[in-house]
Amino acid sequence: MQLAPRLFGHDVRCVRGGREVFAGLAFEAVAGEALAVTGHNGAGKTSLLRLIAGLLLPAGGTIAIEGSEAELTVPEQAHYLGHRDALKPALSVRENLAFWADFLGGGTTRPIPDCLAAVGIAHAIDLPAGYLSAGQRRRLSLARLLAVPRLLWLLDEPTAALDVAGQAMFAGLMREHLAGGGLIVAATHGPLGIDTRELRIGA
Amino acid sequence: MTALAALIRRDIRIALRIGGGALIGVLFFLTVVVLMPFAVGPDLALLTRLGPAILWLGALLASLLTLDRLFTADHEDGSLDLIVMSRTPLELACAAKALAHWLAAGLPLVIATPVLGLLLNLDATATGAVALTLLAGTPALTFIGMIGAALAVTMSRGGLLLAVLVLPLSIPVLIFGVAASQAAIVGPLPFGAPFSILCALSLVSFVIGPFAAATSLRNGLD
Repeated sequence: MQLAPRLFGHDVRCVRGGREVFAGLAFEAVAGEALAVTGHNGAGKTSLLRLIAGLLLPAGGTIAIEGSEAELTVPEQAHYLGHRDALKPALSVRENLAFWADFLGGGTTRPIPDCLAAVGIAHAIDLPAGYLSAGQRRRLSLARLLAVPRLLWLLDEPTAALDVAGQAMFAGLMREHLAGGGLIVAATHGPLGIDTRELRIGA
Repeated sequence: MTALAALIRRDIRIALRIGGGALIGVLFFLTVVVLMPFAVGPDLALLTRLGPAILWLGALLASLLTLDRLFTADHEDGSLDLIVMSRTPLELACAAKALAHWLAAGLPLVIATPVLGLLLNLDATATGAVALTLLAGTPALTFIGMIGAALAVTMSRGGLLLAVLVLPLSIPVLIFGVAASQAAIVGPLPFGAPFSILCALSLVSFVIGPFAAATSLRNGLD
């Protein structure tokens, strides 16, 4: 019987610039669950997300996903939504999203206009991304999560710059992702609008 | 393949749009070569003798000028994180980025060479020889330069460091590029020998460049 995919970290230790950020951290999330990472500024929320994304190397411990496609690494099954938008101001909204859909997805993608409509910026499809507001840029980044299906969403302050309607829209998207058996790990200060299991880093 | 084609298409598109900087290299190349006759003076024989060297120096410096943006732009806006995480091997993604950079910034130098050859009193054969050596040699400059660009990616204002790192490695390309051009113009050496070595340097850089750049990117991210 196929087990539900489960993300877990065991005894994870993170060192940045010679200083220990956290050590002995254990966490777990099974399919359909969201993990909200909280903690004071500098506690290591972003560092934890970047460790899971494979963008930092852990100083100790293991992070893995079991029960999913075994030949893929954790980063290859994850979407990372960081502080930086990964958008090119010279390209249009459509070109930006189409590039990430092609580069990350390789065929298994939803039509671009659908994704843009789902995040509420369908009207700006041919506008260069340089003209978008901070909230619209964030919405365009969120559209990337929809264009290419991935098991794990790593979200760093996902609701920053989003208006109230945008936060509600995003909560709906997260609920859909979880209902489809997805996993979410989000670093956040505010409520996400969905049921989460809390992981508190730092004292 | 879709992923790599998409990456190449995107990089070329950005380079050719306003503010992309593909034309900066060609304009710099043009400036250096146009100024040279004024500096050297109206000695046509001397200009012919110096011509290939001037064109090669101009092309080398022009390709250095644009290289520092190869990874920095993607690093600043967070695209590099996603490229590193993706299912496409980072080595191939690096090779695709270098190819796109060469198509947008290196190939225009080769195309501009015949026009600039006129200013240096080079005849059609000589210009053709220089253009051919640039066609074979500039990819090596891009792929070697990519290693420096990957090392300097996390530093702001890493351009100077890039030049210091990359110039010593580019010297063999310069030597054999100019030697092959001179051989075609004045002899007495055959054109084939230095040109073969130049091609070999390019092929070696195609193999080493992407691997070195990918390793450096993986270890340099923070």
